[in-house]
Amino acid sequence: MSSIISVKDMCLWYGEHQALKNVNIEIMPKSITAFIGPSGCGKSTFLKTLNRMNDLIPGVKITGDVRYEGTDIFAKEVDVNNLRKEIGMVFQKPNPFPMSIYDNVAYGPRTHGITNKVKLDEIVERALRDAAIWDEVKDRLKKNALGMSGGQQQRLCIARALAVQPKVLLMDEPTSALDPISTSRIEELVMELKENYTIVMVTHNMQQAVRVSDYTAFFLLGELVEFDKTDNIFSTPGDKRTEDYITGRFG
Amino acid sequence: MKKNQFLENFIHGIFLLLGLITVGCVLLITMYLVISGIPAICKIGPINFLFGTEWASTAKEAKYGILPFILTSIFGTAGAIVIGVPVGFMTAVYLSKLACPKVKSAMQSVVSLLAGIPSVVFGLVGMLVLVPGIRKVFQVPDGAGLLAAIIVLAIMILPSIIKMSVTALDAVPKEYEDASLALGATPVETYFRVSVPAAKSGIAAAVVLGVGRAIGEAMAVMMVAGNAPNMPNSLFQSVRFLTTAVAGEMSYSSGLQQQALFSIALVLFLFIMFINAALNFFLKREKE
Amino acid sequence: MLKQLFLNKRKSFEVFTKAIMYLSVGLTAALVLFLLLYILICGIPNITPELLMSKPSYLTEKIGILPDILNTLYIVFATLLLVLPLGVGAAVYLTEYATSKKMVSIIEYAAEALSGIPSIIYGLVGMLLFSNHMGTCLMAGALTLVIMNLPTIMRTTQESLKTVPQSYREGAFGLGAGKWRVVRTVVLPGCVDGVITGCILSVGRILGESAALLFTAGFAHAVNGLVDGLAAPGATLTVALYVYAKEQGEFGVAFAIAAILMLLTLLINFAATLVQRHFAKRRSI
Repeated sequence: MSSIISVKDMCLWYGEHQALKNVNIEIMPKSITAFIGPSGCGKSTFLKTLNRMNDLIPGVKITGDVRYEGTDIFAKEVDVNNLRKEIGMVFQKPNPFPMSIYDNVAYGPRTHGITNKVKLDEIVERALRDAAIWDEVKDRLKKNALGMSGGQQQRLCIARALAVQPKVLLMDEPTSALDPISTSRIEELVMELKENYTIVMVTHNMQQAVRVSDYTAFFLLGELVEFDKTDNIFSTPGDKRTEDYITGRFG
Repeated sequence: MKKNQFLENFIHGIFLLLGLITVGCVLLITMYLVISGIPAICKIGPINFLFGTEWASTAKEAKYGILPFILTSIFGTAGAIVIGVPVGFMTAVYLSKLACPKVKSAMQSVVSLLAGIPSVVFGLVGMLVLVPGIRKVFQVPDGAGLLAAIIVLAIMILPSIIKMSVTALDAVPKEYEDASLALGATPVETYFRVSVPAAKSGIAAAVVLGVGRAIGEAMAVMMVAGNAPNMPNSLFQSVRFLTTAVAGEMSYSSGLQQQALFSIALVLFLFIMFINAALNFFLKREKE
Repeated sequence: MLKQLFLNKRKSFEVFTKAIMYLSVGLTAALVLFLLLYILICGIPNITPELLMSKPSYLTEKIGILPDILNTLYIVFATLLLVLPLGVGAAVYLTEYATSKKMVSIIEYAAEALSGIPSIIYGLVGMLLFSNHMGTCLMAGALTLVIMNLPTIMRTTQESLKTVPQSYREGAFGLGAGKWRVVRTVVLPGCVDGVITGCILSVGRILGESAALLFTAGFAHAVNGLVDGLAAPGATLTVALYVYAKEQGEFGVAFAIAAILMLLTLLINFAATLVQRHFAKRRSI
């Protein structure tokens, strides 16, 4: 099986500060890859590079090669908006727009040119079903999304991301702002989504990585220290630093 | 895809243009004032114009000396500052530090109301209350003059001074005050020895803002200052400010007289630009 | 003994300073209260239906302020219509599009310079820029007021744009929305409160303006429709007050207008507070 995202010798600078050093990684399709590491190790920065969300931050410089399905994502002819349609993102804090639940989910499809009401209804329903929130919201689709609980908001944001039918879903600590029950619901959801999507997830929580992911990458000080099947990383880590981290010696 | 990129660039261009409109306006205003203000200064001679003590624009041998206007504007503004700043400053300290929230918010509405009163309304009340009052109290033939203008201006700059000083004083970190209180200073001592010095740039900016407002005010002053082009020799002299010199004769002026009015506006504009620069200086220091 | 003296000195400083503070606050409050009551008491009895509903006539020697009321409405309408897109656009440029810090500081500096320029200078430049080409008319006055109020709209819009959470923008970009779509659908709806506040402040400023209008919009008192009105010279309420008080000595009418302006100022301040409170509440959810 060949990888869907392939990164070679990628470095990233914030002005003078080098935040990522020579990262190499291959992300497999229809799998869950978890990025772990202490705060400030560059895992979120790296995640945001994959759909070029770092473009929004002034002073960021990137070198190296990042390919999505074989195309260089930084090539001139790549439309960044289409890239983000293919590679969706769920953020650390739930960030629904201050609109109705329906409009939130329909925002993406509308952005990409779908205006047919029947079709939109269909997409919204499917996205909400896929995000396992349909039953909770189907009677109040016209209500403002900001009135929902944090866990519901996050699942709505997942639905919103799914509605544009991405192939890859990047998740930046999607459960760090949620309570344990909401967290476990999101974890179950993520494991189901893997059937159809490639998922890359930053997590602060090593148990979460063990529970849900197929592959784990360990970042430290801007370096990708180790990347392997999750079972291998947590049973027989190849690097002393990984072992120290997962056994809780630092971080 | 190309079409999208074109649209995005086009819209970016439109917003850039809108952003630059303010810059364009400032340049346009400066340009117009300089172009229309310079000829008269050249014809009259800069020394004669700026330091001539006599203004007789409609006389047979017209004289265009604007020193009386310049001095009146300076004296009038200084007078307004001398009266307005202490009152405004003390009010601001009280509102920021001592007042209970209810009093503070009520007084802030009062101050906003004062700020919102049109200048002609100040002029009207000044004409009918202040001017006769001055005449009676000081036993002078006419109350319209420098003193009346100073009092009206002092009242008109109060809101600017109070609002800006309160903002500056509110921004002083509470830790400073706590430290002073813990050393045994009374609250009032703390406010004047710690809070006020800490907010001094902001308060200075408030004063400068007041100066700008006072020097630029036209209509209210026009209604109470008497408007004779005299040197400001006494508080009860009927005087003309830079602003009222422009406003008073504009509607019927022509030729060199009108050009001279534009030159007066240019002088006023230079004053204002200088004040703006000072204001920016203090505001920047306040931020740091 | 010495200690006692020192303590007394401290005590008297405290009492003295406090007294001055109370005096200052009392003076300010009393002043505003006096102005308000004096104007309302002198003005309200003069506000008659006839005054409000008629125009001045030399034949009957009666004064009516209907034309001035209409002119004020026209000029407020025209000014807001023109200044809103410009001010909001400039604010959007500054917060969403501008990438160079230098550019931002130049534009902000220009806006500050504009708000510091006295209205008499606006009047003069407006006369040169507009009235000399299109004649003395309400439109020329409105265009002058547009430049004056540009910084106000810009600032209030900019302030409220800054409160639109960055996460909204990120969320929209993350779904593949282009810049313009993000601005249009997520950013602009969030600055409604700033735009409304800016409008209220601008209306207040336009109502109070006289020096900038005297030489641009003139001081005629004719009743016109909106389109004809904008093309004809005319006095707003404030300018009319000045003319009636200073040139014609009609203090009754002047006070009636002053009272109307005071009531409008009260209303505007009240509305501004209300809007701010409303949006602050909504934002805290």
